[in-house]
Parts: sequence; structure tokens; C-alpha cells
Amino acid sequence: MPDDLCDNCGSRPATVNLTQIENNEMFSYHLCEDCAAEKGLETTSEPSGSSPLPDFLAQIGDEPRGEGDPDSECSFCGLTLTVFRETGRLGCPHCYETFESHLRRLLRRVHGGTKHVGKIYLPPDPTVSEMEKRMEALRRKLHRAVEAEDFERAAELRDRIHSLELV
Amino acid sequence: MNDFTTIPDYGLSWLEASGEHSDIVLSTRVRLARNLQGHAFGARARVNDRQAVLANFKGVLGRSESLMNGTLLEMPDLGPRTRRILLERRLVTSDLLGKTEGDPPVGTAVHFSHRDPLSVMVNEEDHLRIQSLLSGLRLQESWRIVDELDEELGRELPYAFHHEFGFLTSCPTNVGSGLRASVFMHLPGLVLTKEIGKVLQSLAQVGLTFRGLYGEGSEVVGNFFQVSNQTTLGKSEEDLVDHLDKIVRQVIQYEIQARQVLLRDARGVTEDKIWRAYGLLRYARALSFEELMNLLSGVRLGLSLKLLPGLRVYTLNKMMIFTQSAHLEQAVGRDLESEERDSHRAAYVRRVLASEGDITPNP
Ligand SMILES: [Zn+2]
Ligand SMILES: [Zn+2]
Repeated sequence: MPDDLCDNCGSRPATVNLTQIENNEMFSYHLCEDCAAEKGLETTSEPSGSSPLPDFLAQIGDEPRGEGDPDSECSFCGLTLTVFRETGRLGCPHCYETFESHLRRLLRRVHGGTKHVGKIYLPPDPTVSEMEKRMEALRRKLHRAVEAEDFERAAELRDRIHSLELV
Repeated sequence: MNDFTTIPDYGLSWLEASGEHSDIVLSTRVRLARNLQGHAFGARARVNDRQAVLANFKGVLGRSESLMNGTLLEMPDLGPRTRRILLERRLVTSDLLGKTEGDPPVGTAVHFSHRDPLSVMVNEEDHLRIQSLLSGLRLQESWRIVDELDEELGRELPYAFHHEFGFLTSCPTNVGSGLRASVFMHLPGLVLTKEIGKVLQSLAQVGLTFRGLYGEGSEVVGNFFQVSNQTTLGKSEEDLVDHLDKIVRQVIQYEIQARQVLLRDARGVTEDKIWRAYGLLRYARALSFEELMNLLSGVRLGLSLKLLPGLRVYTLNKMMIFTQSAHLEQAVGRDLESEERDSHRAAYVRRVLASEGDITPNP
């Protein structure tokens, strides 16, 4: 059939039937060879079935009135809750403030919490508290590297700490 | 110089199979997702957002040691075949190229550092995706490489960072560290002994996600699996990476045990499978992608079990990459129809194996 096109790119003829498993979910694809190679070998694309995102997004729709107003809209990028529910993608950094209460619940479900404990980004003109937070995170990492007897890493982290102390 | 022909071997250093356990773990990848303040991202990004992000990134190139002397390729400037080659090497995603065969979106680009396995995609789902791709199991090293570049970029670019949620990303599943670490594994022992289901189940229970690929008749294609961290928020980058490393090492042990079981209980069948795979690869006149992946899996198992003396993991890795369609077309210098491809694929494999010389079975 000439109009039997690849599920992924939609442009080349599909020749390979593949079922992908992702965490006990099956996804069937009818793919062209290029896309089969991309999916079959290592892939950089995001696992689509790896999160409870779709469930959660469906639930947002059933929320009590007032809480989940589907027309609430990000003032920066114009994303609405309705579109977010369909795509699972936010539109800009400001969306995280616009939809904060929804996101907080979503993040708890997806990640088990809402508090980032990794790297602390230091903006070009940092405040004292931002610098302290970054210092604290670096010290945690340094402590960990020393415990693991990873001295190369520890030296690198000390350099970062020193450069911060000089500011 | 913005042309892929100046760096024809980019992204292939992992083929060398130099990393730890590189017969079982083909490659390790760590990527960081970052976005810039003041611009919409992903599908909401307009042309001027994407242009501004790319301009910002270009502004840093001369000032970052990791990025200096690298190569920046803007997707709309590249020919379709070059773009497919990048895709086949996992250096760009189909998202970056845009879903259809037309021109990729304005502002989409990829930068290759002069330090080979380090690249940055610009204007993918997130403004920046920093990634390193190494041979074998080398998670900590891979994380460090991207961390260092992230430090350099973060000094110059206004990242979108939230005091509570961390690094902000287009998809809430990436927020926090923005880190996705993945390990690409070959697990034929677990598949043949039918233990794979149990192992994969247990991965999901410890917060990891996996992907495998089944062809028709529910046979696993090539027995390749990709294992990654599922969550990105609430753990430090080192914890995420170390946790994955620890679990992957357990899976490697299970795989080695399964292979011993195969040798003990089904040596004849296993050897037959391996030698048949080698024979087909050495002499077949046409090979489909799926068939090739399955045969390479058999031969890879044989090599790992030292049943195919003289063959190198490097050769098998190379065949996986260079038998993909855009790579074949590049070698021939023209587009190929599907049947033509199968015969060119087989010819390439025969040539490579012949150049490796004859393999004599152990007596
Ligand atoms: Zn396709
Ligand atoms: Zn927004």
C-alpha cells in the first residue's frame, strides 16, 4: 500500500512492525527503516510511557471547580491548562508559576517530591542567599566525593568552592 | 567551519569498545536539559525565541573552553542525508529535525565539542540538551563531562532555575536536575533463559525505566535494552547516576550468570545459534535491518563467550552504525530503494568480516 506511511516520521513507507516495551506497557509501531533503527538502537528520545503523566493530566480535568480552571492561561507564553493536559509539555519558565499548584501535585506523583536537591545554579548577579545555597550544595558534593575517595572529583569541587569564596 | 564533512567520524568514539563491560554495555549516555529565562520553549517557542536562544548560545562559543574549536551545525543548512546520518548516530533526535521530512525548524542546531563525545542540541524540546556518549559503562565519567560544560554555560547564560523545583524543563518529568542517564545493554542470556521479564520488572520497582524492542512474533530485536533513571527531582545528580550504576552492575551479573547457564545446559544449541549467525553474516546476499540486528546479537554473544576467537567488539559496533540506511547511502553516494539497501547492507557486512580474516573454531 503506497499510503502506508511510518508512524513516527509520517514521510517514508513503513516496512517494520515493532512493539516497544516500556515499563510493562506495550507500544506498537509500524515504522520505516530509519525510524526503526532509531527506536531499536539506543535512542535519545524520551520514554513516552515512563511516567504517570497522562493519568495525572486526565485527573486534572476532574478537579473541583475553581481549582482546575481549564482556561487559566500563562501570561508569558499563553499556554492553557487544556493544552498542557493534551501535550504534557509546559511552554516557558513562567508556566511553573502560573500552574504551580497543579504542578506541585504532579511533581509529587511523578518524582515523589517537589524539592530539588542537586546542583544549584548561580545567576550572573547572585544574591547572598543564592551564593550560600550553591556553597551548601557544593559542600555536600565535596563531602560525598571525599567519602567515595574520589579525589579527582573532590579537587574539582574544591576549585568551584574557592572560586565562589573569591566573589 | 559548519559542515559535517569536516568531522566525518564524530560521535563514533564509543565504537572502540574501550569502556568497562563493553561487550555487554554498548554505551553510556548522560544528558542535561536546560532552558533560558525569558523565552518560550518546545512547541510554544516562536521563531524569534528560537533565534534568540541560538544567538545566545553562539555568543558563548568563543568563551567556553569545552565549546571552543568545536563545530556548530544548523539543521536547516544540512542536506537530508546528513541529517539522517546524525540521527543514526544518535547525535540528534527526530524532534530536533521536526517530525516531517521538510525543513527542520528555524534555530535548531547541534554543537560538537572538540572533545568527541560531548554535544549540545539547541532548540530541541528544551533550549539546550547537553549530552555525552561514552563506550561501555562509564556513568560517573559521563556525568562529569556534561557537568563541566554545564558549569561553563551556566556562567554565561541566564538559566531558568527555580528555588524549589530546580532547573525548569519543558516536560515536568525532567525538572529538577534535568538529568537523564542511560545505559544501552545487550542481554541475550536473560532473554534466552526467559529471565528477562523478572529482571525488567524489578528495574521498574527501583525507579528505573527500560525500553526494549520486539519484532513480529514477540522476538526481541537484537536483545538490546536501554535502562535509564525515571525521576529527576529530589535526588542529587550523583545519587541518580550512582543508583543507576549500581543496578546496571547487578543486571550485568545476572546476564553473566544466565550465559553460564546457557553454556552448561544448552551448549550445543547455543554454539549452533552463534555459528549460524556468523555464517549468515559472512555469506548472506541480502539482510534486512531486523535480521541483521538479530544476527549481530548472536555473534556478539559468541564473542563475549569467547566462542568466536579473533572477532572484536569494535567490528560489531561499527557494523551496527554503518549498516543503517543513511550510512549505506552515504557510502554508495546515492539514495537506495529498500531491496537495494538489503543487498548493500549484506555486502558491507561481508566485506568487513572478510577483512577481519577467517575465524577458526576452538577444537
Ligand atoms: Zn519513519
Ligand atoms: Zn508559559
